[in-house]
Amino acid sequence: MVVRAKIAGIDSPEALAHALSSAFYLADDGLATAAYLALALGKPLLLEGAPGVGKTEAAKAFSGVLGRSLIRLQCYEGIDAAAALYEWNYPRQMLAIRQAGDKPVDIYRDEFLIERPMLQALRSPNSAVLLLDEIDRSDHEFEALLLEFLSDFTISIPERGTLAARERPVVILTSNRTRELHDALRRRCVYHFIGYPAPDREAQIIMLRASSVAEETARAVVAAVGRLRREPLTKPPGIAEAVDWAEAATVLAKGGASWPDAFKRSIGVAIKDEEDNIQIAPRLDAIITGAAA
Amino acid sequence: MMRPPLPDAAAPFVAFASLLRANGFAAAPEQTTAFLAAITLLGPRSLDHIRRAAHATLAPPPERREEFDALFDAHFLGAVELGRETAEADPANMRVQEDRPGGLEPPAFDDVNEAGQAATTAEALSLRRLGPADEIETLQRFQRALSQRLPQRRGYRRIAARRGPGLDLRRAMREALRNDGEIFRLPRLNRRPRQRPILLVIDVSGSMKARTDAHLRFAHALVRAADRIEVFTIGTRLTRVTRALQLRNRAQALATASGLVSDWDGGTRIGDALQAFLAVPRFAGSARGAVLLILSDGLERGDPKAMTDAVRRLAARAWHLSWLTPLAADPGYRPETAALKSILPYLDALADASSTERLCHHVLNLAQPRAA
Repeated sequence: MVVRAKIAGIDSPEALAHALSSAFYLADDGLATAAYLALALGKPLLLEGAPGVGKTEAAKAFSGVLGRSLIRLQCYEGIDAAAALYEWNYPRQMLAIRQAGDKPVDIYRDEFLIERPMLQALRSPNSAVLLLDEIDRSDHEFEALLLEFLSDFTISIPERGTLAARERPVVILTSNRTRELHDALRRRCVYHFIGYPAPDREAQIIMLRASSVAEETARAVVAAVGRLRREPLTKPPGIAEAVDWAEAATVLAKGGASWPDAFKRSIGVAIKDEEDNIQIAPRLDAIITGAAA
Repeated sequence: MMRPPLPDAAAPFVAFASLLRANGFAAAPEQTTAFLAAITLLGPRSLDHIRRAAHATLAPPPERREEFDALFDAHFLGAVELGRETAEADPANMRVQEDRPGGLEPPAFDDVNEAGQAATTAEALSLRRLGPADEIETLQRFQRALSQRLPQRRGYRRIAARRGPGLDLRRAMREALRNDGEIFRLPRLNRRPRQRPILLVIDVSGSMKARTDAHLRFAHALVRAADRIEVFTIGTRLTRVTRALQLRNRAQALATASGLVSDWDGGTRIGDALQAFLAVPRFAGSARGAVLLILSDGLERGDPKAMTDAVRRLAARAWHLSWLTPLAADPGYRPETAALKSILPYLDALADASSTERLCHHVLNLAQPRAA
C-alpha cells in the first residue's frame, strides 16, 4: 500500500477540514478523517447519505482544495464502457481504413481513442478529481466494470491491452442508498456516511451559503427542517432545501411579507412532493410557529 | 510479496477486525490493512482517531453503527455491556427492523461450513420449518421455471442482437478491418430485457399463523431464483429479511430469518407497517416499477384508512400489485372487511394463497398478458 502522508500541503484531517472551510464547505471530523485517509492511502472515497446532505458539494470542495479540476460522471441504469471509460472514434477509423488502401493500418492507435471521464482521470491523475455520482443508479454490470478501476486504477481495453495510471487519481463515489452496493465495491473504498448535520452546524452552513440570511432566520429554518425530517416524508428536506428555504423566506420578507407568513409561504422550496404536502399540512402551522419562536 | 511479521502494537487492531467478523460485519483483509495504515497515519493521538479510522476503513453500514461502536468500546475501552438492540423511536410508533445477523447467522463466506454448528442449531428448528416433501418438490419446480417467466421490462443496457434499433459500430469496425474496409452486414444493438424488481411482503400475524412457515419457504425459493427482490415481514412491526433469505441452505436461511422477526403470531397493523415501509425512502424506492406481492388476509386491527392510503400509494409506485390471501381458497370468497373492500380498486389481482402450489402458479403467470 502506497501511503502519502502529505498531499497538496495537507498532512492531517484537521488541516483538510480547515482547507475545506475556506472553500465554503464545513466538514465534520468523521468526513475530514475519511477524506484525508482516502487521499493518503490512495483509495477511492465512498460517500453515502440521504439526498441533499452535500455529497456532491463535498466532492466539488475537495477538487477546489486540491487545486484540481472535477471530472463528473453521472451514473444511470445501463451506463457502459463507452460512456464511462472510452470510445473509439468510428468515423475516423473508417476513414483510416479506406485511405490505407492495401497497406496495413492500425485503427486502435491513441488518435482514434476518445477519452471518457474515467480514462481522462486515469491519464491526468495529478490534475483531476473524478466524481462518480449516484453510483446506486447504475446496475450491477457497471459496478463490476468499476472494480478493476477502483482497486488497481487500470483500464483494460481489449484492442490495446491494459492502461495503468502513473499515480493514483483521487476518486470520489456517492450513493443515495436507494439500493445496497456490492461488498466488493464497498471494501475497496474508504467509507463515510454523511448524516444530517447538527443544528448549529447546519445554521452555519446556511449562513455560509446564503450570505443574505440573518442568523435568526437560519436558526428558525434549521429548527423547522429538523422537525420535518422527523415526519414520515417521502422526500425529507436536505441541506440544499434548508438553504433555499432560508433564502426564499428572506426574499419574501424583504418584499414586505410578515415574518411567519413569509416562512410559511416559501414551504414549496423545502417540501417538493404533493403527498408530503398533504401529509404535513395539518401540522405545518405548529411546526413553523414552533420553529420561528 | 513478503511482509515483515506484524508488530505487537498491531495485535489489538487485527483482533478488533476478527471480533467484527465474529459479529457478522464484513471486514475484508484489505480493509484491515487499510485500518492499520490509517491508524499509523493519524498518529493516533486519541481513541477518537482510532474510532474514526475504524469507521472510515471498516465501513459499518449506518444502521449498524451503534452496534459497531458498542463493539469498539467493548474491545478498546473494556466496556462490559453490549447494547445489541438499538431503540429507535419511529414516528408512527412502528418499529422498522433492518436485517442484521442474529445469533444463528453464519459469517458471509460460510458455504464451506455447512455441516458446522450453525447447521446443527438450524436442524433442530428445521422439522417444522422445512415443510412436507411434496412442497419441497413444488418449490424446486417453481425455481427452475421462474427465471424464464418473471415479468420483464426493457432495460437500458444494450447488447449485441440480431435486430434492433442501435448500430454496433465497434463490431462493424472490426469486421470492416477484415474485409478491406467494406461493411457487408450492420451488426445491431438492442435493449436487453431486465427482470422487474419483486417486492414480497409477508404478514406474520396470529391470523396467518397456519401459513407463515410455508410463506417463508416460498419467499426463500423466490429469493434464490429471482434477480432483484426484497422481502419484508409485517405484523406489529416491519422487518427486512431479504439478506437472511439469501443464504443458500434453506434450513439456515429460514432459521436466520425467523430469528430476525420478533413479532410472530402477534397482532396485525398492516396499515401502520406499510406506512412505515413508505416512510423509509430507501425501502419505498424498491417498490418503484416492481411486482408487489402482499401475502396477507387483510384482517386489519388498526385504522383501515391508514391501510387504504398506504396501498393506494404503493399501487401508484408498483407495476403490479397482487394481494394474496389464504381466505380466497373458497371459490365463493368475497372480501368482507372494510379495509379489504376499500383497497380493491387498487389491486391488480386478489388471489388465492391457501397452498404453496396456488401461490407458485400465480407468480409464474404474472408475466402473461392480463385478462381484460
